[in-house]
Amino acid sequence: MKILGSEITPYKTYLNRRKFIKGSLASAMLATVTSSAFANHDSDLSIYTKNLNENDKLNSYEEITTYNNFYEFGTHKKHPHLNSGNFKPRPWTIKIDGLVKKPQTFDLEKILSNVTIEDRVYRLRCVEAWSMVIPWQGFQLSELIKMAEPLSSAKYVQFVTVFRPEEMPGQQKRTIIWPYREGLRMDEAMNPLTILATGLYGHEMPNQNGAPIRLVVPWKYGFKSIKSIVEIRFLDTQPETSWETLAPWEYGFYANVNPNVNHPRWSQGTERRIGEFKRRETLMFNGYEEEVAHLYKDLDLTKFY
Amino acid sequence: MFSTRNFNRSKPVLFILILFPSLLWAYQFVNGNLGVNPIEKLMDELGLMALRLIIITLMITTLSNIKPLKSIVVLRRMIGLFAFYYVCLHFSTYIVLDHFLDIKFIIQDIIKRPFITFGFISFLFLIPLASTSTNNMIKRLGFKLWKKIHYLIYPVAILASMHFYVLVRADKTEPVIYMGIIILLLLHRIFKRLTRPQLVQ
Repeated sequence: MKILGSEITPYKTYLNRRKFIKGSLASAMLATVTSSAFANHDSDLSIYTKNLNENDKLNSYEEITTYNNFYEFGTHKKHPHLNSGNFKPRPWTIKIDGLVKKPQTFDLEKILSNVTIEDRVYRLRCVEAWSMVIPWQGFQLSELIKMAEPLSSAKYVQFVTVFRPEEMPGQQKRTIIWPYREGLRMDEAMNPLTILATGLYGHEMPNQNGAPIRLVVPWKYGFKSIKSIVEIRFLDTQPETSWETLAPWEYGFYANVNPNVNHPRWSQGTERRIGEFKRRETLMFNGYEEEVAHLYKDLDLTKFY
Repeated sequence: MFSTRNFNRSKPVLFILILFPSLLWAYQFVNGNLGVNPIEKLMDELGLMALRLIIITLMITTLSNIKPLKSIVVLRRMIGLFAFYYVCLHFSTYIVLDHFLDIKFIIQDIIKRPFITFGFISFLFLIPLASTSTNNMIKRLGFKLWKKIHYLIYPVAILASMHFYVLVRADKTEPVIYMGIIILLLLHRIFKRLTRPQLVQ
């Protein structure tokens, strides 16, 4: 697991580090107006880069936060960055319902005080054939699932994004059916690679990247990694997901990164890593074959794409 | 009443105005100012510009039916050739920058992906239009045949707008607007044909 960051940071230290970064950011901005506002990252990049694959390089904070697919803020890549200023990610609650011992609503702060925030450096592969390498901070989804106490009949997990058209201008238009929904099979959700991310580059999750809490499933196309989650539902049948509902011939429930299964719009054999000139080969399961291939050994991936 | 001279005089200004975006994007591309995914951005901008110019050439024909604007038609060739210029840049960005001359892959892409098929056929149809654009060619072919060849602009426009429509993932407003304009312009031509007084043979 070369790319998997395994630095474990207790939540308190994590908060402190965030404070430190904010502080140093302010002083960096005071000290120099001309240099990049995020120059302070350079000093502690080693935290992230030590877990990188030799072929991978971190994408910059600027790249990660100005080129996003988050249709709640508009359909253009720059819209989330430009239009997410009014979004208020605090306070935040997550409703847990469906096949659980007791449906309940968790305060985000309460969830965070019960989990361990870790650094996870993951490749993110968009279905549009571009990719990035992102240093997330978050915790394993399995930790929250344990808190939620699902019944043994629960086979799937569904996630729902917040619906706030007044703060998310993209939702004022019916480009897709709001709210955005995604889902995972239970064993996918419990896989140690699957995380709920609350930050990136040591910052609290920026609004345009899915503040305050989002899913990251690194072996699946980016649209599976649903943002700004307000509800998690446990089900015994496969849930409907947004893109699959909109265009089932293009997007499947599984959406595993797979260079051998073509998409009618984009060849999935290659990808452009943001910041690179030439395309590179797309890896099976986005390079996480070792960790997740066993989940699909009985599944025809050309049928269940 | 605008005379042919008025329109001819505006040509140099128009020439610079339409050329300018391509120079700007090239400059920005070389200097790394075209955003996070510059190849995609360059390709999108060039393609959109080409589609808009194609639509403008259709509009010019329609506008020239209005008496005071009759002479506007003298601008059509230049704008049409600029459309071809932008399509060529768009296509070569795709071939060279996006796929690095991986011809085998590109051929598969053109065959397999409907939106690229539409775009490619549209490009092919533009070639005879551009290459018969000189006065000399009109003379050599005769106006009737020349005009027939230039009816190709209709499939070009339709295919180009479909190329854009299929490419967009969810919010299809912009391509639908372009398609709407093209359909209106075509309907106007059909209407004109049907209501044209028949010449006695």
